[in-house]
Amino acid sequence: MSLNDKLLILFGGICGLLAVASLIGFALSRKAASEAGQATIDNLNARIKAWWVMIAIFAVSFALGRGATLVLFALTSFYTLREFVSLTPTRAADHLPLATAFYILLPLQYWLIWIDWYALFAILIPVYGFLILPSLAALKGDAQEFLLRVSRIQWGLMLTVYCISHAPALLTLDIAGDGGEAFLLLFFLITVVQFSDVMQYVFGKLFGRTKIAPVISPSKTLEGLVGGGLSAVAAGASQWWITPFTPSEAAAMAFAIVAMGFLGGLALSAVKRSMGVKDWGTMISGHGGVLDRMDSLSFAAPVFFHLTRYFYT
Amino acid sequence: MIDLLLIGLTRFLVGGQARWIGSLPEKRQRIYFANHASHLDTLLIWSALPPSLRMSTHPIAAADYWGKGKVRRHIALKVLNAVLIDRTTQGAPGAALVPLRSVLAEGESLVLFPEGGRGNDRLPGPFKSGLYWLSQEFPDVELIPTYLDNPSRAFPKGTFLPIPISCTVGFGAPVARRKGEEKDHFLERAREAVAALASDLVP
Repeated sequence: MSLNDKLLILFGGICGLLAVASLIGFALSRKAASEAGQATIDNLNARIKAWWVMIAIFAVSFALGRGATLVLFALTSFYTLREFVSLTPTRAADHLPLATAFYILLPLQYWLIWIDWYALFAILIPVYGFLILPSLAALKGDAQEFLLRVSRIQWGLMLTVYCISHAPALLTLDIAGDGGEAFLLLFFLITVVQFSDVMQYVFGKLFGRTKIAPVISPSKTLEGLVGGGLSAVAAGASQWWITPFTPSEAAAMAFAIVAMGFLGGLALSAVKRSMGVKDWGTMISGHGGVLDRMDSLSFAAPVFFHLTRYFYT
Repeated sequence: MIDLLLIGLTRFLVGGQARWIGSLPEKRQRIYFANHASHLDTLLIWSALPPSLRMSTHPIAAADYWGKGKVRRHIALKVLNAVLIDRTTQGAPGAALVPLRSVLAEGESLVLFPEGGRGNDRLPGPFKSGLYWLSQEFPDVELIPTYLDNPSRAFPKGTFLPIPISCTVGFGAPVARRKGEEKDHFLERAREAVAALASDLVP
């Protein structure tokens, strides 16, 4: 089976799933009883609609190839960093480090992936960025809350640029098999992460009782995590034929992705909570900001990248 | 063409979402008066207004910045429909208002930054008196307080490059005129109306 045939089947499958979801959403919207129920269903339908758009963008960038996919993720990093910085208090003296993060480090990170310079893209932000940014901030001579300000910028950059860039970095991996294998790995990562989020939401809404971290995220429940996580592991295992993994290895990889994704969602909820907001932004109707959709991927991408790199290349 | 490019760039970098809190984007003659933190402010308000209002709304821009250089001047005059005023000469009181009066006399709307210069604070500083004189002279023009959230972070005074931080433009309820109100009292009330929007925008 050629790469194109595989992608056609995969995207066809996703469209099928979304079509079913759209039909269910439409049916529910016709018989909602209470006002609160109506609000939940409206939000559900907004989410499903946004999913159609996101899948379409993703499919187009896949069809256009590596360059377009890198641009798509660079834009994703840009918007998530913008959301992160917008909610984070900064001072005038942070302007230079922030400009460096946006205009130099972000494009540089993606360019290094484009030219496949692994040794540098793996350390650009955690080593050089982490040394240069505080130096630039210090040059401005403002010591107030220095460590706090520096760490905000650094962690924001880490999550939104460094971590997210590891998803398209999968395309640089040299995996035995035909040349398109890496695109399928990226597909695997994204579908497992997002399917896990969706199913945790569904299981949480249907059966959620036991809150895991009520102070940080009241909507995260044990029932949602177990039900959603297991569905995502199953979904990952069922995709073994597009990966270099055996079915049980694919399940193990999916498990790692689900676990990291859950932790990412939890940690970023804590950040939001500390800033007193519910969503990172308003860009994606029903979902909140772009970072609300990318929080799990941000934690899962580097781990999945390295697991695959160490064991399969 | 340039206007779409500018709006696109503004949206990409700083968002510039409009929030109509106490008024609606209606076609009425208005003076929008806002806090002033950066050179982005004019662009922000201009792109936050719907296209139908944008055509009849003229931002006041400082000639010493927007009048400098061919490109900037062209953008200010031809794209933003701006009225350039000279804030360096200290002429007779009210002399700077002459071009503003003629815009209002033609039935068009204005965008004013009554602080005069740019500040780096979240809340606006004391207002200059121009807004008071215009409000007296044109009693039928609605006075809309406008608050720009974040441009002081995205493009603070003394920097060369704006950084991407979402900025919001809040439009408040019209400030009512009171009979025989003293100038300073009115200006403080107008300033407070802008400052009050700051807490409406940020939860």
